[in-house]
Formats: sequence, C-alpha cells, structure tokens
Amino acid sequence: MDPKLDLLYRLADDQLILGHRNSEWNGLGPILEEDIAFSSMAQDKLGHSLQLYGLLHGLGEAEPDTVAFTRNAPQFHCCQLVELPIGEYDFSLTRHFLFDHAELLRFEALAASSYEPLAQVARKLRGELKYHALHANTWVKRLGTATDEAIERMQAALNFTLPYALGIFETTAAEPEIISSGLFIGEAELKSRWLESIAKVFRQTALEMPDVQTLAPALGGRRGEHTGFLQPLLDEMAEVFRLDPTADW
Amino acid sequence: MPETRFDKAQLLEWLQAVKDPEIPTISLIDLGVVRGVEIDAATGNVAVHLTPTFAGCPAMDYMKRDVERTLLAHGVPAVEVTISLREAWTSDMISEAGRAALRQHKLSPPPVLGNRVLDLDFLEYAECPNCHGHNTELRTPFGATLCRAVHHCHDCRQLFEQFKPV
Repeated sequence: MDPKLDLLYRLADDQLILGHRNSEWNGLGPILEEDIAFSSMAQDKLGHSLQLYGLLHGLGEAEPDTVAFTRNAPQFHCCQLVELPIGEYDFSLTRHFLFDHAELLRFEALAASSYEPLAQVARKLRGELKYHALHANTWVKRLGTATDEAIERMQAALNFTLPYALGIFETTAAEPEIISSGLFIGEAELKSRWLESIAKVFRQTALEMPDVQTLAPALGGRRGEHTGFLQPLLDEMAEVFRLDPTADW
Repeated sequence: MPETRFDKAQLLEWLQAVKDPEIPTISLIDLGVVRGVEIDAATGNVAVHLTPTFAGCPAMDYMKRDVERTLLAHGVPAVEVTISLREAWTSDMISEAGRAALRQHKLSPPPVLGNRVLDLDFLEYAECPNCHGHNTELRTPFGATLCRAVHHCHDCRQLFEQFKPV
C-alpha cells in the first residue's frame, strides 16, 4: 500500500474505533464528570477521524462515511487495543492513558511531517490531545495513590492492557518508506518516547511498570487481524447507515 | 457587470452579527473562526473561509449556514463558505472584544499563550469570571461543549466555565 494511505488508515481507524468505545460510557460514567469526559473525548476522536478520512478522500479514497461504515473487520487497520469492550472503569482509564500518551507524542511528531496536509491536521489535533493526556494523568495519579483496592485494580488493569498497548506500535511493510520520506518518525522511535512519557507518571504513583521486554505485544490489527470484538462493534456502528446508505442525514 | 455595493469592511461589519451558536455574545469574527473574506470583483460573489475551534466541533454546519444567510440577506449575490484546518485555530485568535464578550457570558477567556508552550500550568489556570479572582482550580478539562473546561473559584466558591486555551 502507498505509505501515505497505509499511515492514514491506521491513524484514522484508531480514532474512529476508540471514539466509539469511549462513547459507550455515555450515561454510565462512575461520576458525572467522567461520563462527560469520556463522551467529550469520544466526540473529539470522531472529529479527528473525520479529518483523517478527509485526507484519505483527498488522496482518492471513498467518502469518509463510506470508508467508516461499509468496511468489515479485516479491512480495518486499527490496533487491537482500541477495539476491546469498555469493561470496568479501571480498564477504560488505563487504555485511555496508554493510548493518548502515544497519540499526543504521535501528533506532536506528525506536526513536522513532510506531507503538509497531514502536518496541518496534526498541528490542530496536538493541542486538543493535551487535554486527553491531562485527563488521563489526573486520574491515574489519583487512583494510583489512593486506597489498596484502587491501586490493586489499576495495577491489574495495567498488567492486562500493556501487551495490547504495545500493539499500537506494530509496523507494516511501508514503515521504511514512511520514515525515509519524512512522513513520520516511525513506530520504534514513538514507542521509546512513549515509554519515557508513561514512566514519568507511574513514578508519581504506587503502580509498577511491568518489564515490557518480557511481554508479547498483541499484533495483527494493522494487517486486519482483529479480536472477535471488532465486527460486532462495526455492525452496531453502521446499523443505521446501512438502512439507507444514500440518505442525507 | 453587476455593481458591487459593498467592500470588505462592509462585509466584516455584516459578519459581526453572526454569533457563535452556543455563545450568543461573541461573533465568529471575534472568536477568530473567520479566517478570510474575499470578493470576486467581476461577479460580486463572496468567499468566506472558516476554521473550527475544535476539530470535532458540531456547530460548524450552523456557523456556515448563518454566514451564508446573513450575507445573502444583505444582497450578496452568492456566498461560498469553506472550512479547513489550513490555518489551525488557537485561542490566541480570540480578539480583545471577543474576550470581553466571553466574560459577559460568564465564560472565563483563555489566557493569551503568545510564544509560550501550552503546558500544564497553562491548562490549569483560569480567572474567575464572577469575582475576577485567580485562586482557582481546574475541576475537569471537559465541560458542556468541547471548547469548555470546568474550574472552581476558591475565593467566591463558585464553579465556572472557561473557554479552553489551545
């Protein structure tokens, strides 16, 4: 696949799928502020995916709605982390923390992309992503220094989620060209910045970072191999759209 | 050739009447959402360029519609409104008049960033729009809309909303 398309599909699909997962907290948040926070982040992420699908459309791909609502799981390039069900709040918070630290660093780097339309979008999104990282840090620090139960639950969520989070950085065949053409710094460099960034927060808590060298990353998402959770989500997302794909909503 | 009865200054004056759909005190111009206005000398048609405050802002379609309606009502023959991130919006694009308009709506205006980095100190700071105190605390970075955060003022003990700095 063309390196630009390859990169953009991964970025856009991550945003769309996590956006929909975040929206599932609407009405269910443990406190009102968290209900609103996850719903707001969902809205941001859908907006971000729309910008990225818009860039793909500019490169000759189908309309954003068509791309978002008519593909099946094997055609999606999101990492497996984003498709997992929302589970308990400790898992959703941990996923949000691990994903959005990577996302903030990713879009800060993309602001210098050699592909100017993507750099423009990145310069917009990075400011918004700071709020996502700020929100995640606040709660990881608060719960990571709270009661024994809170710390145990956050640690268990971290241990469970980390292999999936390492799947964010799965590379594709286009990776060497993505780096050499200056499109993006590459997944390996991003991962090393990410490990530093999350470690800084964990050091302010009672949480212990597992040794990532010993973990097997959850790979496959970038090449269309997904967990069984993605297809039902896509079916639900597209249920109304597919009733009448030509309708003007 | 149709006679053009308006110039750019006139268009900007008309556009001052187009307010943010959710903050009725501030115009799109003072909010910094209007990034360009051009008149085609031959036809008198007008092109207006907008940029969203937040990428996922659901009010963009309304803003576009309101700009079109307002200019057409003043006799502009045709209006084309485009929306892009070509020039990414930052909260520094809010004018001084815009900041006053936000205060009037009891929204704390975002601090001016200038050349500084948008770091945590910046995101957490807000002036209370009720008592103008600075002894305030960020309660949650997500409020009633994407562009608002919720703070608490320790001086007057009121919750208040802030238009977020980005």
